[in-house]
Amino acid sequence: MIKVFRAFIQKEIYHILRDRRTLLILFGMPVAQVLIFGFAVTNEFKNANIDILDHAKDQTSSKLVRHMTSSGHFNVNRMLVSEKQVEEGFRSGKTDLVMVIPTDFSKDLYTYDPAQVQLIADGSDPNMANALVQYARVMINDFQQQEYKEPANPYQVNIETRMLYNPLLESAYNFIPGTIALILLIISAMMTSLTIAREKEQGTMEILLVSPLPPLLIILGKVAPYAILSFIDAVLILVMGYFIFGVPVTGSLVLLLCLCMVYVITALSLGTLISTTSETQQDAMMKSLIGLLMPSTLLSGFIFPLTSMPEVLQYISHIIPATYFIEILKGIMLRGVGLEYIIFEVSVLLFMIVAFLTLTWKKFKIRLE
Amino acid sequence: MAAIEVNNISRAYGQVQALDAVSLSVEYGELFGLIGPDGAGKSTLFRILTTLLLADKGQATVAGHDVEKAYRQIRKQVGYMPGRFSLYQDLTVEENLKFFATIFNTTVEENYNLIKDIYEQIEPFKKRPAGKLSGGMKQKLALSCALIHKPKVLFLDEPTTGVDAVSRQEFWDMLKSLKAKGIAILVSTPYMDEAGMCDRIALIQNGRILQTDTPGKIVDSYPSPLYAIRSGNNYELLKILRDMDYTRSALPFGEYLHLATHANVSIDEIISSLDPADYPDLEVRPIEPDIEDLFLELSREV
Repeated sequence: MIKVFRAFIQKEIYHILRDRRTLLILFGMPVAQVLIFGFAVTNEFKNANIDILDHAKDQTSSKLVRHMTSSGHFNVNRMLVSEKQVEEGFRSGKTDLVMVIPTDFSKDLYTYDPAQVQLIADGSDPNMANALVQYARVMINDFQQQEYKEPANPYQVNIETRMLYNPLLESAYNFIPGTIALILLIISAMMTSLTIAREKEQGTMEILLVSPLPPLLIILGKVAPYAILSFIDAVLILVMGYFIFGVPVTGSLVLLLCLCMVYVITALSLGTLISTTSETQQDAMMKSLIGLLMPSTLLSGFIFPLTSMPEVLQYISHIIPATYFIEILKGIMLRGVGLEYIIFEVSVLLFMIVAFLTLTWKKFKIRLE
Repeated sequence: MAAIEVNNISRAYGQVQALDAVSLSVEYGELFGLIGPDGAGKSTLFRILTTLLLADKGQATVAGHDVEKAYRQIRKQVGYMPGRFSLYQDLTVEENLKFFATIFNTTVEENYNLIKDIYEQIEPFKKRPAGKLSGGMKQKLALSCALIHKPKVLFLDEPTTGVDAVSRQEFWDMLKSLKAKGIAILVSTPYMDEAGMCDRIALIQNGRILQTDTPGKIVDSYPSPLYAIRSGNNYELLKILRDMDYTRSALPFGEYLHLATHANVSIDEIISSLDPADYPDLEVRPIEPDIEDLFLELSREV
């Protein structure tokens, strides 16, 4: 039996190595996805272009401008001379933020009158606009406190914020766990359902069925190579996350890898379940993309926070394996927790494995129909 | 006990009756041909016998095992070559053969003597991916793979479709040497001219077996005298002949018309019944019927 199993795996490895598309999906996609999420799709900003309309034109106002640019996050694009020029920059897309300093800025600041600075941002990109305004506001407050050493109002509440587990709010801390969950799902679930559907499409399943091979061995033989490959991918993404984006693994690495394996098995059992209901590769592909990949991307809490979703969508998110796995990953990698804190998520995944495998077992056909 | 025993097997796909009370039996060491056009139900019967489909009605045994209850036993003892080329196109000739040997718990070396004659012809290409072989070579490889575990019963579904004439002849020669080794072979083909290569044949159409016998006896059962007729204007001639009193049937066969008559009509009578001015180069000669004549005759009766 071991010999048969080995021959099966060897055959599967030939298939993978001889098909460039499969290879590309297996190893090109994880790398590309991590790099794209890491460098392009991010709410952080560096060198945002800021236009300044300085009505004051005195020492204090130029000090403020210097202060704004000192952070490295803002770049002075143009010094405007009139209100009319404000929109020009936004229209041409060269400006991200406009700061208007009033004539009395200096006087108001030092006479304890409320000094007003106007910030104008491009609302057509709300996330970016919010982030820019937030940041600029912090910088301006900062400047104000520097300028007069003691607080104007001694009863003022000073809010000090600390972002636990991700003090610098690096988006990599969010997308590395999310990407691992997605990639493992694509490779394990989609690729296995595709490769089993391919056997049906090419007619080789017919020959495999008319052989002494037990159905379980056919499935295991198809699935095992992908389990190993997905695991390699998980490690690859972790390594990239650590060395390129500085995402740490605070908790136990062994626990993390073990649970990666659990998730891979969940996804594989889902993939085999999909394959039992699809006759062609195209069919399997559509089912995996629409039924798996899309909900996992949108509803797992990877991109949009679960708590702000309508109730119906929240229910759906609870049946998506990726939701639980992302929680597990964040728990171990960022918060450094042990198994006792994520035992619920782990049990849900284990339960899903049993459920999917039982369904697959029930649906697997020992004949052609 | 017969290698294959089929009793009143019926099978429908929705409204279409693919097989209608089919019965036949094949002995060990016998080359049995299932002859019929596309859509006659040949592949459905193959799939029922190879345990891939269940029949709606009737029983069948293969190598002494019931096709429904003892499917595991059958799957160990039969070789199956589906109608469509179904090997791994991206694996080489050698890798395919080795893989199929392994999943049947044997090795290429163990049963090499069985496939030697066939495999030797494709051995020069053993490093080539199976998908890049020519039609004839693909079939030889598929046959090698179906034989590698020394099956007792061999099912070949249209093995010569899409294969050139020379390779087809070679293929049938191989089958003859295989049956000499005691293997029961059920082979299907849409080519009537291949029927003569089989020990016995069954003519099948629309899911029904029309007749089962040796090719010789089947041809002998042709009910009436037969003439081949040719002229410069076959189309007109066919219409005229069909209206004649002596005509049983008149059918076009390539460049000739085959005319079956009710009673013995002499050639002169046929010629004199036609206007010589219309058919200047008329040619009429008596011929022996072949399987195709009989097949058309039988399907005409149905």
